[in-house]
Amino acid sequence: MTESNINILWIYLSASPLFGLMITLAAYSIAYQLYLYSRFNPLINPILIAVSIIISVLLMADISYDDYFSGGQFVHFLLGPATVALAIPLYQQFHNLKKLWLPILITLIVGSMTGIISSVGLASMLETSLQTQLSLAPKSVTTAVAMAISEQVGGIPSLTAVLVVITGIIGAVLGTKLFAVFGIKDDSVKGIAMGIAAHGIGTARAFQISKKMGAFSGLGMALSALVTAFILPVLINFLDFV
Amino acid sequence: MNFINGMIVLLVYQLLGEVGVLLCKIPIPGPVLGMILLFLTLLLKDKIIFSTKKSFSSLENAATTLLSHLALLFIPAGVGMMVHFDLIVREWLPILIVLLFSTIMTLLVSALIMSISIHFFVNSQHLKMSKK
Repeated sequence: MTESNINILWIYLSASPLFGLMITLAAYSIAYQLYLYSRFNPLINPILIAVSIIISVLLMADISYDDYFSGGQFVHFLLGPATVALAIPLYQQFHNLKKLWLPILITLIVGSMTGIISSVGLASMLETSLQTQLSLAPKSVTTAVAMAISEQVGGIPSLTAVLVVITGIIGAVLGTKLFAVFGIKDDSVKGIAMGIAAHGIGTARAFQISKKMGAFSGLGMALSALVTAFILPVLINFLDFV
Repeated sequence: MNFINGMIVLLVYQLLGEVGVLLCKIPIPGPVLGMILLFLTLLLKDKIIFSTKKSFSSLENAATTLLSHLALLFIPAGVGMMVHFDLIVREWLPILIVLLFSTIMTLLVSALIMSISIHFFVNSQHLKMSKK
């Protein structure tokens, strides 16, 4: 095979969905092995590591995000059915949730508003651009919802997606440490807080601790997505006036 | 076949959610509505129906598989970071401070409110009941 043939083959392969899909799974597999090897050290976050690996490879091989995403979208798409699937742990933990519906409701509303106001408030104090502020506002809710809300209020949906992932990683890394420092032991309390602050990534972490914490986190994530979708546009209008 | 049947149920509910959101113009994403609908169906199933235990186990199978590698599904969105390098490099410090501060605040405020309200509403109910 001559060099130009190899070039043509390379150009063809790097733009085909095969490459994006393969590298996504391979990077996750490596990152997950490291995570296992570190005995679930939250600092060795699999998403953070996998994303770093993939970005490095894409930059070195000069492959655009669009070309990568033509394969990555197959994995990305599964976020939809995975969100629907949260109904199952929710249902299995229903007897626990039913007893606590009023505390959960209060926590959801206060917690979601804390997430929005503290991020937009501090971002405007630090004089970031308006686009960044609006993209930051829905950072605590699950990617698909956050992107939709961001678009609705005038942020940049793809920037929001990134901020959502970073938020989730921060929550997953710091969450358990914070709870230990403040002496919070109840799995239902930890789970709800994790779901409200750090959506699916926090929930993934919560499931590693216990099924109960995972279910409460899933509930917190699902319901805070609902609450945020309704209150954020109203709240942004209100903050604009102030 | 177990896994496939479970996936079908999840996709059908996602579709119901997407259609519902479009028809009713609710400002939430389709999958979230789909999740609520599936949850309500499972509750209803308990109330009305005979044993659909088998179909639930295939659903459980698919759900557990998807949720056990939830982290994988966020990776393509995370790689999107590379598109916004300019903006992130320009404002990385304020963005990082905001994310750290706001996430810690949200975690602590939520945990605090949840602890207090459980203590206030649930434990006090137990006390009342035990006094009776």
